[in-house]
Amino acid sequence: MLKNMIQTSRLKSPWIIHFDCGSCNGCDIEVLACLTPLYDVERFGVVNVGNPKHADVLLVTGTVNHRNKHVLKNIYDQMPNPKLVIAIGACGLSGGVFREAPNVVGGVDKVIPVDVYVPGCPAKPEAIIDAVVAGLGKLAELQKQAAI
Amino acid sequence: MARTIIPFGPQHPVLPEPIHLKLVVEDEIVKEALPQLGYVHRGLEKLTEIRDFNQMIQIVERVCGICSKIHAMCFCQGVEEMMGIEVPERAKFLRVIWSELHRIHSHLLWLGLYADAFGFESVFMQFWRIREKIMDINEATAGNRVIVSVNVVGGTRADLSPEQCNWILQELDWVEKETKRLQAVMLDDYTVKKRTVGVGVLTREQAYALGAAGPTLRGSGVAQDMRQFKYAAFDKIDFAPVTAPDGDCYSRGKVRFLETLQSVDLVRQAISRMPQGEIATKFKGNPEGELVTRVEQPRGELLYYLKGNGTKFLERVRIRTPTFANIPPLLAMLPGCELADVPVIALSIDPCISCTER
Repeated sequence: MLKNMIQTSRLKSPWIIHFDCGSCNGCDIEVLACLTPLYDVERFGVVNVGNPKHADVLLVTGTVNHRNKHVLKNIYDQMPNPKLVIAIGACGLSGGVFREAPNVVGGVDKVIPVDVYVPGCPAKPEAIIDAVVAGLGKLAELQKQAAI
Repeated sequence: MARTIIPFGPQHPVLPEPIHLKLVVEDEIVKEALPQLGYVHRGLEKLTEIRDFNQMIQIVERVCGICSKIHAMCFCQGVEEMMGIEVPERAKFLRVIWSELHRIHSHLLWLGLYADAFGFESVFMQFWRIREKIMDINEATAGNRVIVSVNVVGGTRADLSPEQCNWILQELDWVEKETKRLQAVMLDDYTVKKRTVGVGVLTREQAYALGAAGPTLRGSGVAQDMRQFKYAAFDKIDFAPVTAPDGDCYSRGKVRFLETLQSVDLVRQAISRMPQGEIATKFKGNPEGELVTRVEQPRGELLYYLKGNGTKFLERVRIRTPTFANIPPLLAMLPGCELADVPVIALSIDPCISCTER
């Protein structure tokens, strides 16, 4: 029964962690804007947490560089299974305008597996909320697999 | 008492961006702070070798999403000066309007994060609610919420119709009214004062000697603002820098709060005095020579060094951002404070790491 409860509440109230992985702040403030009164995702049970061990969903913005790829990997590894990774913005997808810059490795998927990609420079809050909702479908599948 | 090193960041709930501070503490008192940077370094100055000067505008806008318009304005001013392009008067006023809108949204964003740092979450929500109006204005006038991309070399890309100007003025009345409602909380509230007054003091002499910039400098009582140097249309707009004397977190917060209201006034002035006419000048040729150009960002003085060699690729673009100037003052504020005050003090310089590391 406890297992059922955890499985239901994980989908009904996903806890997210946001990591800025070398972005220009544009996407970060849009992620934060999702939490504020106009969009207010907390009414759907989405809570922003600071500790990776509490989180179900990892929101990553920005390009990966040689220094922060270790931090990103570290945060991803600390998150409990099943987990969801959402890459936000053109930079998180491919490196964006910075893809040819000397210190840029590329998109987030060069380091960790990504489940949902959100395009845009910066991605709009509506798109980010949509991505989290789309991702929850995948989280439900992952949960089922883990149960079997 | 033995010394302990406590890592602060790179991933920390109070910081939207990764910066790593090693805090050397004795008991609860911070003795020394050692910054470690480089988590957001992309190396975008080097992109000037493969992107021509028109394409570089898109790159420099993405130095920092919060003040993107002002980065592009600074870059365009530099290239225009190098090529001797005369910018139409109307474009100068349009640049002022959008840059001041950017300042309002940046300061409201900061005031929210700052309130969150000392645990006042409802004020955080209130400031961000007001800020959404500015994002709406950006989206309606320029087509994007955050990175508005209105600057081109020679002027601006978009124009404002009289209806849009009226609408902006109406929305700003609302923004001003709502911001003033929060004045009692930010400036007079007992709890807020308890967390900010006398915390992280930077004296006037220290601020000057360490080269602080922007509200960090003005919060220590030095009336210095790049807008006094009359770039863009500021020569036709009445402007006097806002200062506060004490150099603590409260003063820096007060400067930013009052600047938000001041920027509303500057937008009104710019709209009322904006002449009719062209919004961009046509030009030919490539930039040649070298120069330094400066503007006032929400965080302080922004400096661009540009060097052109007569081809469409600039030879060197060097960006010095205000947060870079404000890190030495931050390191001077931290020793002697309590560990619990570190988030408030670190945020009080309005750190923009993606600017600093580019």
